Amino acid sequence: MTRFAMIFVLGLLTAWVGAADQGRDGKTETASVPLPGPQVITPFEAADVTVPPTEIDRLVLARLKELGVAGPPLCSDAVFVRRAYLDVIGTLPTADEAREFLTDRRADKRKLLIDRLLDRDEFADYWAMKWSDLLRVKAEFPVNLWPNAAQAYHHWILTSVRDNRPYDRFVREMLTSSGSNFHDAPVNFYRAVQGREPETLAQAVALTFMGMRADKWPADRLAGMAAFFSQVGYKSTGEWKEEIVFFDQSKALKGPAIFPDGTPAKVEPGQDPRRVFADWLLKPGNPYFAKNICNRVWSWLLGRGIVHEVDDIRADNPPSNPELLAYLEREFVASDYNMKKLCRLILNSQTYQRSSIERTRSAQADANFAHYPLRRLDAEVVSDAICQITGTHEQYTSAIPEPYTFIPQEQRSIALPDGSIGSAFLELFGRSPRDTGLESERSNKPTAGQRLYLLNSTHVQKKLESRGPLQAVLNSKKTGREVVADVYLTILSRYPTDQEFAAVTKYTQVNKPRDAMIDLSWALINSAEFLYRH
Amino acid sequence: MHYMNQNDVSRRDVLRGALVGMAGLMVANRLSFGAAAGPATRPVAAAGKAKSVIQIWMWGGPAHLDTFDPKPEAGGDYCGQFTKPIETNVSGMRICELLPQLAKHADKYSIIRSMTHGNNAHETASYMVQTGRNAGERLVYPCAGAVVSLFRGSDAGYRGLIPPYVVLTEPQGRFSESGFMSNKYRPFATGGDPKQMPFAVEGVVAPGISDSRQLARRDLRNSLDTLGHAAAIDPQIQAFTATGDQAYDLITGDAGKVFDVSQEKDAVRDRYGKNTFGQSCLVARRLVERGVPYITINYKGWDTHKQNFQTMRRQLPEMDAGMSSLLQDLADRGLLDSTIIWWGGEFGRTPKVQWEAPWNGGRGHHGKVFSAVVAGGGFKGGHVVGASDAKGEEVKDRPVYPCDLIGSMYALLGIDGSAKLPNPQGIDTRVLPTATDGVKTAGILKEIM
Repeated sequence: MTRFAMIFVLGLLTAWVGAADQGRDGKTETASVPLPGPQVITPFEAADVTVPPTEIDRLVLARLKELGVAGPPLCSDAVFVRRAYLDVIGTLPTADEAREFLTDRRADKRKLLIDRLLDRDEFADYWAMKWSDLLRVKAEFPVNLWPNAAQAYHHWILTSVRDNRPYDRFVREMLTSSGSNFHDAPVNFYRAVQGREPETLAQAVALTFMGMRADKWPADRLAGMAAFFSQVGYKSTGEWKEEIVFFDQSKALKGPAIFPDGTPAKVEPGQDPRRVFADWLLKPGNPYFAKNICNRVWSWLLGRGIVHEVDDIRADNPPSNPELLAYLEREFVASDYNMKKLCRLILNSQTYQRSSIERTRSAQADANFAHYPLRRLDAEVVSDAICQITGTHEQYTSAIPEPYTFIPQEQRSIALPDGSIGSAFLELFGRSPRDTGLESERSNKPTAGQRLYLLNSTHVQKKLESRGPLQAVLNSKKTGREVVADVYLTILSRYPTDQEFAAVTKYTQVNKPRDAMIDLSWALINSAEFLYRH
Repeated sequence: MHYMNQNDVSRRDVLRGALVGMAGLMVANRLSFGAAAGPATRPVAAAGKAKSVIQIWMWGGPAHLDTFDPKPEAGGDYCGQFTKPIETNVSGMRICELLPQLAKHADKYSIIRSMTHGNNAHETASYMVQTGRNAGERLVYPCAGAVVSLFRGSDAGYRGLIPPYVVLTEPQGRFSESGFMSNKYRPFATGGDPKQMPFAVEGVVAPGISDSRQLARRDLRNSLDTLGHAAAIDPQIQAFTATGDQAYDLITGDAGKVFDVSQEKDAVRDRYGKNTFGQSCLVARRLVERGVPYITINYKGWDTHKQNFQTMRRQLPEMDAGMSSLLQDLADRGLLDSTIIWWGGEFGRTPKVQWEAPWNGGRGHHGKVFSAVVAGGGFKGGHVVGASDAKGEEVKDRPVYPCDLIGSMYALLGIDGSAKLPNPQGIDTRVLPTATDGVKTAGILKEIM
């Protein structure tokens, strides 16, 4: 069956003949780019891209074939460079970085870019930000970590991500550490919660490391898991707001301790039950541990979990592609819980590199990764991107007057160490309040308020008019076409199309040149292409 | 198929979100509403007499002796230069001689001369007066505006494009308006200055961008939205487009015109006074006419430690013109019956004048007794509630605590004082304090309701 859709692009009618079944006569599994040719939508897709298919693609395409769903072609290099920067390092490529990638002639340049990005400091900043959402790194209400502890906790997370600490060790430290909230940072896991009852701690562990909502479990299952956390003790010291988290043997084990899979645990007298739990959870083959993190990393890169929602894993919420999830788990465990390797595996797939432009609406296509999903940029990423483009800075404040709230001018939003430090912009664009550790706390929904701010606020207008990279381009001696190209590369990481250049030229002829160029920047910052990962 | 339901933002959500979140973006890092926090509860206020509140917040704490509680008999060390209070149109109700217009409308408002909380620090006193709670507790409660925004705002069916809680022009500052409640209950702060033409309401009116450039660049944006066109069937793009349309309803459409005081006759603008406060009163009236439930006019400049009398001579005539015009216009339009006007600051000022340098005729903070004025929305006019002593230093008669005044407003608004406030920790938090909270109360203002 052939589906047909008409897409109107800048006055050009581009017909695309969707062909779910064409060219899939047994060769689908090794197919690289589905149907190159006139169907490709420029400048977002390209016919001449060669990315070798991987096991991920085989599994995804097999599932799509079963469903009779076809995805769009692979994305263009211009889309890829922007996508990879935004997903891997939460940072917009500069005009030079975009240009360099676009002019790179090496066949494996996408793979090479992925490797470079994973080594950048911003990778650690951005992924530590994601972790800080889940781990609720926030000085004040309601988790009340306190500024020094939030800073210590964030620093530890950042270092772990930067050094690519094996994920099982990263989690073990949080689950089993004892010590001071200021000096033994991972103990803050047990402080960044809204209550300190064993059930609350168990729920936090289940949510964070198993992707499960234990508050919905039967009471005995929760009680069995809570027992492992019934001897977590807290005590203060002589230092202001310092707190020691420790194995408190004066408390009785609120037994019996039962693992979430129903197996009773053996806790020896004098043994910290948290260790017993960690040994169980971190054992290769544990049905929850690797599944949760593989599903999360997949969703961080591909916008949606194989199990969806990612933090609501349960028997009656099956993965859309069980073989795919199982494959990721196997690879992850075999790699000794190597997070960067997991990222690399996903990023190098055709599935990740597919275009985001769907030809027909299909919920099945969404759930099975037929296309890369459009997503509004994270609040922090938009904030940093606008500052980068305009050479301006954001102002941050914290409700807690602490020395740490002195923030250097160049501070980037993705690298903020403490959820209590924020800006009006970040709140408006839905950054996570870090209250519960649920992924849904972050809201990337567009609102009219956000649009008003970007379309018409004095703040944004002033930023556009300030002396930054953009102004340097506008003030340069380059020709009109070069200036427009530079503006495009600065904001959208690509060259303008001929149609776009014509529209800009027309606008320049009837408006003051300087105003026209500011309006061009304004228009691009307010485009879906800028505000969405695509 | 119902796939649209997952990702689509409904038009209603979009409408609700219009200006929300724009607040205070001109004042760095202040913000009204968070992006998308859902309400924990669906509060609904019972039908009350009052539909809207205009709070004239006298930032800094105005001198009660120099406004609504004159004490010429206490002598020059107390009343200073203002020795001849004037009679109003209500017999026996005297106010400061610099308020002749307000004197003609005393039948419309009542004066509370026995407000008290005993606190002399701006931050904590502001918190007490605007929340009705004690300062320094573990929980930070929302102020009256945020509570009204909860019970009269979008959660309760308010569907205006203008946010339910608007501050002219900057947030009160010094405390978090929404307290432990979600940021979506924070006010929208307009920014700009209504005495300027145009009034540059943040996000609505961009100064320096002409109407024609506004339209031209909108067309440019549309012609360059290449991905938006290519992916037009994507629900994400559709939500994005819908929010843009809503934004333009405010920028170029009719909704934003509520802030355009040039639509008023020049004589009207003159009557209110062509200064920031006067024009803010005019905008407040226009907002009430559009059904906005809570408007705060953040009126600065009353922290008169130095040269109190010179400041009063400069500012009281402005206050007199703006506030009296507001009373008159609301009454003429039949809106005063459903609109509460609440005038007051965080405390009063020391009755004894500090003549010595460096104060040179200044007054300090005084939380033991101070005045407030209420009008409309079910409050009777022409009454004086309570009294201060002969020198205006202590409450003599019928103390009124902050929660008594706020509780009276809630009663007139139909907001149940025992209703729950959404608390992110699940703590049982209520609109009004009870005896167990240790908050002082002497009962709501039944005598003028």
